[in-house]
Amino acid sequence: MLQAQEKFSDLDALYSPDAKVATSMYENSDLFNEEMERIFKRTWVWVAHDSELADKGSFKLSNVGLEPVIVVRDRKGDVNVLVNRCRHRAATVCEVKKGKTSSFQCPYHGWGYGLDGSLRGLPYPEQYGEDFDKGAHGLKKLRTESYNGMIFATFNDEVEPLVDFLGPEVCRYIDLFMKQGGGFPIKVLGEHQFTVPMNWKVQLENTTDAYHFPVVHKSFMQSLDGDAEEAFKFLDTGKGYVEDLGNGHSVMVMIPERIDLDENLDDPIEERFQPLVQELRDEGYPEDQVKKIVRAVGGAGFNLNLFPNVSFSLAFFRVLTPVNVERTDIRHIALGMDGGPAAANRMRMRLHEHFQGPMGFGSPDDAEVWERVQRGTKGGEDLPILVNRGLVDEQPGALGPRGHISAETGMRAAYKMWKRMMSL
Amino acid sequence: MNMMTKTNDLALLQKVSAFLWEEAALLDAKDYGTWLSLWLTEGFYTLPIGEGDDFDNQLNLCHDNDRMRRDRIQRFQQGFSISSAPPARTVRTVSRFVIESVEGDTVTVSSAEHVIEDKFGRQRVWAGNMRHTLVASGDGFKIRAKVVRLLNSDGMLNSFSYLF
Ligand code: FES
Ligand SMILES: [Fe+2]
Repeated sequence: MLQAQEKFSDLDALYSPDAKVATSMYENSDLFNEEMERIFKRTWVWVAHDSELADKGSFKLSNVGLEPVIVVRDRKGDVNVLVNRCRHRAATVCEVKKGKTSSFQCPYHGWGYGLDGSLRGLPYPEQYGEDFDKGAHGLKKLRTESYNGMIFATFNDEVEPLVDFLGPEVCRYIDLFMKQGGGFPIKVLGEHQFTVPMNWKVQLENTTDAYHFPVVHKSFMQSLDGDAEEAFKFLDTGKGYVEDLGNGHSVMVMIPERIDLDENLDDPIEERFQPLVQELRDEGYPEDQVKKIVRAVGGAGFNLNLFPNVSFSLAFFRVLTPVNVERTDIRHIALGMDGGPAAANRMRMRLHEHFQGPMGFGSPDDAEVWERVQRGTKGGEDLPILVNRGLVDEQPGALGPRGHISAETGMRAAYKMWKRMMSL
Repeated sequence: MNMMTKTNDLALLQKVSAFLWEEAALLDAKDYGTWLSLWLTEGFYTLPIGEGDDFDNQLNLCHDNDRMRRDRIQRFQQGFSISSAPPARTVRTVSRFVIESVEGDTVTVSSAEHVIEDKFGRQRVWAGNMRHTLVASGDGFKIRAKVVRLLNSDGMLNSFSYLF
């Protein structure tokens, strides 16, 4: 580690004070390993949403940086995040992506673990002697905390509490984002997954990049009706902004009228939502609830980007998992209303399929340009990557600078935090 | 099964195979205009995720009605989508046809599809189980439903600039 420390001691050369990123930031595998240690092993990493673990014994597989983990709700209702590695000779104890269980049993020699990770039993224990301490051989357990249904875990017992890491502004925006339950709790409806040959920071940048939208997503825009197309022209209207919310987090407000979905309930309803309005009326929902639900179906008007791996993007969660220096897995998690009208959830899913995922009208074009970034960095090693856009007219916001909707303020927020964590 | 129905089955199998091979050739050639004309307006083109089959009420990779199919093709063809300009090239084989049911003029047939795509000097391989619901029409068929279940539909995929 000492050697690596010396190697990357000049952090200004990697991310300069005037917001230029060195090409090696996307390419150097030693640096990548260093990031996994210093960032992903040390901070809060998003692992699951509450609704994915509906019952006692519900679990899903996830990752904290490069480490495979199991996220599971135990009998007391607490959520545990456990490294998926048997304490005997390292076999994974679970290879089912999600489900329900009463315990985890290692397939190799049969060590059995409880839902809290504790070692419950093992075949023929005598050979370990009488003082074998089962209590010291549970699955490795991460510190776990959650905020408004979002579950995070960390390997770092010293790190600040989750709410302090998120900070007041992020918490406020999370609460606002969750209003798209339309009066119902938010529920995960499914996910799209695709892997992209790019460094994880290319993704980190993109979640706060409005500048690319009219270019990369032109073909998506063209598939929309007039009203909807207007809503996505946030670069032209210039009403939005990007704000640094501290600790690497940022918000990109694209449609200010949709920051708080309880407001502007009397705005005219877009053409594409009219059939849903009718369906809800026919089902007997009162008029004010119809308005609220329909408004919620359209999603929030902002992207809230958390360092280092999750973004609340308009209507879905976008999660990144670094795989290696040139590969990153992406999950687009679809959200709906738990107990809400099926028609509203159907529309949420069709909207999600329209843009997101391997066959969406948006994601494939994103994936293409992200890969093009990674391919482009093979040339011109000495040329910097610019994230200085919008520095010219940044204003102070609540906790950090606020810039134009197309400013790279959010990327600078992330790189500032990157630098802070890499220097510790 | 008497000899007569067996002969009929083979004739039907041959007819269905010819139709699906023709469809496969259209998709590899990216002759999407002709492909669209194979469809009945009410038909759905679906790539589900996982095993579920309540496509309306679950998240799929795509679940296209007539409008979405046309929009998708338009996106491929207009030249503004960077991932489809140019798209990956594909070579596919379709085989292992099994006629699952024949009811009136409607035939349900399952098959295996292998697609190899090439882009950026890199080839990727995809395999899927297909099920077509075909309705007899003139000399051939129209598609009422097509469901393609990729083997790893619930795993890590890549983005697709073509159809299965
Ligand atoms: S490796 Fe798990 S019991 Fe031996
Ligand atoms: Fe994008």
